[in-house]
Amino acid sequence: ESASGGGAAMCSGGTLSILRSDSYAELSQYRDQHFRGTRYDQERLLRKSCTLYVGNLSFYTTEEQIHELFSKSGDIKKVIMGLDKVKKTACGFCFVEYYTRGDAENAMRFINGTRLDDRIIRTDWDAGFKEGRQYGRGRSGGQVRDEYRQDYDAGRGGYGKIVQCQ
Amino acid sequence: MSRRRHSDDSDAGQPHKRRRTSEPSEIEERLESLICRVGEKSNSSLESNLEGLAGVLEADLPNYKSKILRILCTVARLLPEKLTVYTTLVGLLNARNYNFGGEFVEAMIRQLKECLKVNMYNEAVHLVRFLSDLVNCHVIAAPSMVAMFENFVSVTQEEDVPQVRCDWYMFAFLSSLPWVGKELYEKKDAEMDRLLSQTESYLKRRQKIHVPMLQVWTADKPHPQEEVSKLYYLDCLWSQIQKLKKDRWQERHILRPYLAFDSILCEALQHNLPPFTPPPHTEDSVYPMPRVIFRMFDYTDDPEGPVMPGSHSVERFVIEENLHCIIKSHWKERKTCAAQLLSYPGNNKIPLNYHIVEVIFAELFQLPSPPHIEVMYTTLLIELCKLQPGSLPQVLAQATEMLYMRLDTMNTTCVDRFINWFSHHLSNFQFRWSWEDWSDCLTQDLEKPKPKFVREVLEKCMRLSYHQRIIDIVPASFSVLSPANPVCIYKYGDESNRSLPGYTVALCLTIAIKNKASNDEIFNILKDVPNPNQDDDDDEGFTFNPLKIEVFVQTLLHLAAKSFSHSFSALAKFHEVFKTLAESDEGKLHVLRVVYEVWKNHPQMIAVLVDKMIRTQIVDCAAVANWIFSSELAHDFTRFYIWEILHSTIRKMNKHVLKIHKELEETKARLARQHKRRDSDDDDDDDDRSSDREDGPLEEQIERLQEKVESAQSEQKNLFLVIFQRFIMLLTEHLVRCETGGIDVFTPWYKSCIERLQQIFLQHHQIIQQYMVTLENLLFTAELDHHILAVFQQFCALQA
Repeated sequence: ESASGGGAAMCSGGTLSILRSDSYAELSQYRDQHFRGTRYDQERLLRKSCTLYVGNLSFYTTEEQIHELFSKSGDIKKVIMGLDKVKKTACGFCFVEYYTRGDAENAMRFINGTRLDDRIIRTDWDAGFKEGRQYGRGRSGGQVRDEYRQDYDAGRGGYGKIVQCQ
Repeated sequence: MSRRRHSDDSDAGQPHKRRRTSEPSEIEERLESLICRVGEKSNSSLESNLEGLAGVLEADLPNYKSKILRILCTVARLLPEKLTVYTTLVGLLNARNYNFGGEFVEAMIRQLKECLKVNMYNEAVHLVRFLSDLVNCHVIAAPSMVAMFENFVSVTQEEDVPQVRCDWYMFAFLSSLPWVGKELYEKKDAEMDRLLSQTESYLKRRQKIHVPMLQVWTADKPHPQEEVSKLYYLDCLWSQIQKLKKDRWQERHILRPYLAFDSILCEALQHNLPPFTPPPHTEDSVYPMPRVIFRMFDYTDDPEGPVMPGSHSVERFVIEENLHCIIKSHWKERKTCAAQLLSYPGNNKIPLNYHIVEVIFAELFQLPSPPHIEVMYTTLLIELCKLQPGSLPQVLAQATEMLYMRLDTMNTTCVDRFINWFSHHLSNFQFRWSWEDWSDCLTQDLEKPKPKFVREVLEKCMRLSYHQRIIDIVPASFSVLSPANPVCIYKYGDESNRSLPGYTVALCLTIAIKNKASNDEIFNILKDVPNPNQDDDDDEGFTFNPLKIEVFVQTLLHLAAKSFSHSFSALAKFHEVFKTLAESDEGKLHVLRVVYEVWKNHPQMIAVLVDKMIRTQIVDCAAVANWIFSSELAHDFTRFYIWEILHSTIRKMNKHVLKIHKELEETKARLARQHKRRDSDDDDDDDDRSSDREDGPLEEQIERLQEKVESAQSEQKNLFLVIFQRFIMLLTEHLVRCETGGIDVFTPWYKSCIERLQQIFLQHHQIIQQYMVTLENLLFTAELDHHILAVFQQFCALQA
């Protein structure tokens, strides 16, 4: 192997894997169990999605607040608030769709894990909004996590549903 | 027994088989990892790690030489913060294998030429610095390095080349001197003296009129020339090099692992750099934008800790360069980035937290744009606070206080960024701040920079929370600066307004919309609205009727006021009505006016509605520009949200042009591929005919797209012309009024307006460059007031 063959390719394309690291923008382990399609389909959609799921919101956090915060990584196409299936009120999650994947990636890198309404919010890739996915999947109408949690969370209706029913 | 032997040295068990079955990419990965991570997480010293690695690589040279060359070249280009670690490594390899050293130098020169050809100037500087440090490692002979620098400096003698080209070559020379100045001066003092004197005369004669445009802080009265030029990155570096020379090139900050290997390295044979001619300037050459050095701290700011190197010391330069490089390497990984910054070597000899905060703000406030997306810096600072909770928050608070103190002379664009950063930062810390410390701003005119800043910060804080929260977090005395409650203003809301023209139609509309009326039904109701402008209306009512627009838009927006989503649905549902009412330019302008009247308490809502209306083509970008400069908005003209809207509008226009252009290129590529396929196929008669038919639609598409591109580009140019024209009109009015009234031109409004004009030039400079001839001949002519013309001239000087 001669050294001369490396010349042109060295500059334009070459990078180092330690500089390619982009862990915040990677897919998480979570896969939506209600997704219709194969695991492969789901992952393909997740890898090109411009939509993020946002969790651990306060029930009182408004679309306007979400819009303001998430606009910091790019122009927002749409915000869809998560709703209690029974009460049709906010139940602590939402979807944020951007026009470009790059903007969504920046949200994953710099907005995920920071605070909104004094709460650390969590973002994750979503395969894309479909009608019906704006509703909580817990038995009581809210999110599943609010069914079973034991702690008191003033921003999420107080105690978990199971505790409330005791 | 044989089994045991195999399991004992499992790696070497079946060495040949293993080598053959290992993927080449695996080996490359392993080599890359070894090289990139040398010294990390090791109990042994860096020097001993380097020695070990040199041994491993030397053994791998027979089989993996080109891979190793590639990795080392890439590391030289992309990890400048570890420059001396890798020059030491190359030095050790050269001492063991002279030929390899020679091949490495050749590869580096090739890479340097490539970088310069493709305008990768920042990376080229790293390569030049690497080469110069190789002199210290006895890989490159000092005289040949001096010769290369002589060629760099002689670029300043070239005629008819942009100044930014000469600046770069000068920078590449000067910025290597902290590393290699001593060695070069020892070997070739006469030549170096000549180079330094040529440098001095170049810096004296170059023009600096564009510098004020890039400064974070300006004075009300222009600085004396010397002071201004010191801030320019090149002049700043020059004074640092001058001081270094005075100190006999003693430089104590840079870590130099090669010193430990001096006895080995000085036995090595050196290579001569081949003569290097800087590639000539071409039309496609794009040199780095001029930069201004940002400093906020000096040695008085951390009285307890280690002393901060002075602004004229070369240590300051090296520290800043390295910290900037760390951010560049790891900006996507905020935890890594914060950790790497905090583990910068020498952090007990320098006030590292202060350097880090200063470098981060330097990037955040950089003009025209920060190197990375703004929100990254907010999150990075939060990570740093998490890692150093006992010290960093205090430095940050100190920095905030200093920035607040200097608001009067801070560039408007930088104030925008300060507002965005501070409000977002506070929202992560429960909005805790010692507002009373800033009570001085309460006694000032609300248009002055300090109260203005506080108002804008509180407004942004409210957007991230809610109105009552803001009332709660500030002292009562600050209520004059608190944002308005973001409620909708509906002019037909009260019974007392029933005498207003259109009131009954508004009521009618309200009921209809609540009953899910269609667009046609709405048109029907609106037919009854008289046109205050004209005596006769045509039957369809398609001419501009401001009252129709008012009644419809007021009522609809009021009904949809509950949330953004409600408003967006309303715009979508009644899109047809909107399009019809806003068909004319006056119609578009009036729609925007009414939106403002309804939502003037809620700037965020105005912004999202304008965005939606542009995207759904209810209004166009030029209408938004005209609206922003209209007299109705004069009261809000200096408010931050107005400029957010204008820049967002320009960005949408720019993206639109790029998108259609991309479509055109893609379609052209498809046609080319189609031709290629046809040419390479064995044709029979049928294919000839069908391929003509295939071409047809694509060629038509290309023609249509071509038209679309031209029309979009023309719309884009028109948008900028409208904006510049309105600025000129507004500023001229002000200047004339001041002149005839005998009052000082430099009011807070004027400063804000002039800097907003500069902001347009800077933020969109690449696109505006296309219009230089038109701007020069049509708008920024010699008859213009010199205050306004100066902005244009400064802009021209940027890439001159």
